[in-house]
Amino acid sequence: MVVFGMLTQVSWSPYIAGAGIGLLSCLALVLADRPLGCSTAFVKARGLIGKMINAEKTERMAYYRDIVPRVDWAFMIIPGIIIGALLSSLLSGTFHVTWVPALWGSVFGNNVVLRVGAALIGGILLGIGARWAGGCTSGHGISGSIQLSLASMITATCFFIGGIIVAMLLYRVIGVGLA
Amino acid sequence: MTSLAWIRNNRRTQIVLGFTIGICFGFLLQKSGVTDYGVIENQLLLVDFTVLKMMLSAVIIGMIVFQILKQWGFANLHAAHGTLGSNVIGGLIFGAGFALLGYCPGTVAGAVGTGALDALFGGMVGMLIGVGIFAGFYPSLKDGILSQGPFPVVTVPEFLRLNPWITIFILEVCMVGFLLLLEYAGL
Repeated sequence: MVVFGMLTQVSWSPYIAGAGIGLLSCLALVLADRPLGCSTAFVKARGLIGKMINAEKTERMAYYRDIVPRVDWAFMIIPGIIIGALLSSLLSGTFHVTWVPALWGSVFGNNVVLRVGAALIGGILLGIGARWAGGCTSGHGISGSIQLSLASMITATCFFIGGIIVAMLLYRVIGVGLA
Repeated sequence: MTSLAWIRNNRRTQIVLGFTIGICFGFLLQKSGVTDYGVIENQLLLVDFTVLKMMLSAVIIGMIVFQILKQWGFANLHAAHGTLGSNVIGGLIFGAGFALLGYCPGTVAGAVGTGALDALFGGMVGMLIGVGIFAGFYPSLKDGILSQGPFPVVTVPEFLRLNPWITIFILEVCMVGFLLLLEYAGL
């Protein structure tokens, strides 16, 4: 009953959920001998799509020889996250279909094309940046820091420096100009 | 130890494990609140510190557990030798995308699970395009900017020239101290 009560809660303390994620990252290092990262899965998925369109060209690309496009441990993390978050939001009754996040809408309006366009450009930068730096917020930020990696801690700091600058520009400069 | 090697090398087991760990990860991400656009954007605007609280809590616990597991031979170090050109430049490009999209590569998938269609049609599609662009330029970047300005060492204890446990103790004090300050400031 207590456990079920926890599962249906809208949110947990970020400290509790974070501790769980720290332990999960260690479990991944033990059972899969890999850091728990998310951006590798996108490379694998993109490679698989590339193989469907032009197999020869994709197989010739050096990056897909380093990160082989196939369904494996790293690939399955992303479908897993989608299902896990779906389960969590359904259990707590917070699942709901939206196109424009409330905070975005309150400043930039509820135009779906504008929001999806911005998200698309953001996603492209995120994809390029994650592979450029060799990992993302979980791979570098959590798993890398756990392992005392100097490069990971520097990278995670840069994620936030870049993020804070652009978020401030968006909401404190451009957003204020629009109002 | 042999059973651990079997688990790590069995393809089917790894696929099931990846999916299971992913489900737990997605569940915890959603419960912590970080699959929400507003929570991430407000972290970058420095008004809501949920993202940092979650991440630091994960690192505070994980750092100690990993070190024990490594000493007992259950886990290996997977840290790469970084460079300014790769980690700093890549980190800043990532940061710009992080703020514009309002999700990171893991939380974008989590947001899709909560019904956010901007995360699906903008974020995830954009990620696939972005990694494709990177893959195309990879051969010319690899020996160019990505290898510029290598860091002198791989790990923080090597950098500080301290014992790993002393390094962990110092880092833990800093992280816990920072979180206490946040709570004290009411953030």
